Amino acid sequence: MLSVSGLTKKFEDLTVMEGFDLTVRRGGFTTLIGPSGCGKSTLFDVLTGVFPRDGGRISWLGEDVPDLMGRAAYMQQKDLLLPWFSLIDNALLPAKIAGDSENWSREKASALFNRLGLHDFEDYMPQKVSGGMRQRCALVRTLMFEHELVLLDEPISSLDAITRRSLQGLLLLLQSEFNKTILMITHDIEEALLMSDELLVLTPMPMRIRERFVLEMPKPGRSSNPELLKIKEHVLEELEGDLDGTI
Amino acid sequence: MERSNWISLLIALTFIAIWEFACGWFSVPDFILPAPSEILKTTVLKTSLLLPHAGVTALEIIMGIFLSLLVAVPLATVMFACPSIERALSPFLVASQAVPVFALAPLLVIWLGYGLASKVLMAAIIIFFPITVSLLEGYKNCDREYAVFFDLMGAGSWKKLRLLYWPWALPYFFSGLRVGVTVATIGAVIGEWVGAQRGLGYLMIQANARLQVSLVFAAIVWLSAMGLALWVFVGFLERKVIYWK
Repeated sequence: MLSVSGLTKKFEDLTVMEGFDLTVRRGGFTTLIGPSGCGKSTLFDVLTGVFPRDGGRISWLGEDVPDLMGRAAYMQQKDLLLPWFSLIDNALLPAKIAGDSENWSREKASALFNRLGLHDFEDYMPQKVSGGMRQRCALVRTLMFEHELVLLDEPISSLDAITRRSLQGLLLLLQSEFNKTILMITHDIEEALLMSDELLVLTPMPMRIRERFVLEMPKPGRSSNPELLKIKEHVLEELEGDLDGTI
Repeated sequence: MERSNWISLLIALTFIAIWEFACGWFSVPDFILPAPSEILKTTVLKTSLLLPHAGVTALEIIMGIFLSLLVAVPLATVMFACPSIERALSPFLVASQAVPVFALAPLLVIWLGYGLASKVLMAAIIIFFPITVSLLEGYKNCDREYAVFFDLMGAGSWKKLRLLYWPWALPYFFSGLRVGVTVATIGAVIGEWVGAQRGLGYLMIQANARLQVSLVFAAIVWLSAMGLALWVFVGFLERKVIYWK
């Protein structure tokens, strides 16, 4: 279980969060949704240790940790593929950095390429393939980390609607097939409702959790679930309310 | 050939034609300004004289480039890795550019003698700055998001340098190197002018004293060809090394 308590982060006079608490169940898929600029990405930066925090505790699997750097896999909107490596070599980057055995890692990456529909593209350079394929490759790279915890920062929001839909299915494999614990941030309510077990709606800065929804219904066929449609309307109204307040 | 190349060729040919015509028309003596046809004749017919000197100058240039790389690459890397060293060295680096490098040539000859060493050092000094500065600029230009991502993967400094910063900086490095190789010729020739026993610069001084102006021009043609060849070679190397562009 990932547990965050009393997290505080300030930039001079700006309080991004103060006493922020969060719990993600082991093996769960939790999504944070909030108005843009509410501090979602800063939360990830603080969790991963990119920015130091001004207070609070982070614990993973019952143990207090300074931050999640080196303990969590991370995937974001920008695929961050290196143009000088082929797709497979990009996927092998975590293994190269960890100093893992080349043969074993290559076999694992190849199997993941097949699983995610990237076979025959292993030796392609990233700039020669579509945005969807690049993001699939980034997903393989995320899976190559030997970390149970995965942080997703709007991983597919830059893609077109059709590609996004197929990628959503693949992201769900992280949980169903690879038993990862997932914390995702997004501003896309539909995406959040289709994929998560738990949805946390955030307030504008200073950020805190405004509402929590547990989504127990099976994931296939969620798009037409009337209960989810109600939640969607409700959350959208809240987020639009925040927007009105800022205009 | 592209349209722009045709235009370049046309400009060059027109210039040469006017030069050739003017020399004949005004009966300019060869020891003042030889006609292009005369220069071409000397360039080709005196190959056996020019070639050994060109070989020496080429060796000085190439050794100068390697010497410069040997210092510039580690220095730029250390300056990037330790910002405090960069801050400490930057004023010296800038000040070194304020010193007229040509003025150093006589001193280098006094210190290192009439042989290869003074010319190699001269060439190295002249190309050291563009290579160091452009490589450092390339390292610094690396997208912060990539650097953070490498940190999140737990990459150490060496792996970050090898897998991220160095390939990222390569295009910058090559643009510095391309500038460098063209000016390296100047460094070697200046060194030879001041004091040498061999080389195209030495040959030019000797020919000048004897009013063999067409031989001076022939040496310039060879020098330009060498500079151009180096420039083309670096471009070729760049395309091979930066295969992803």
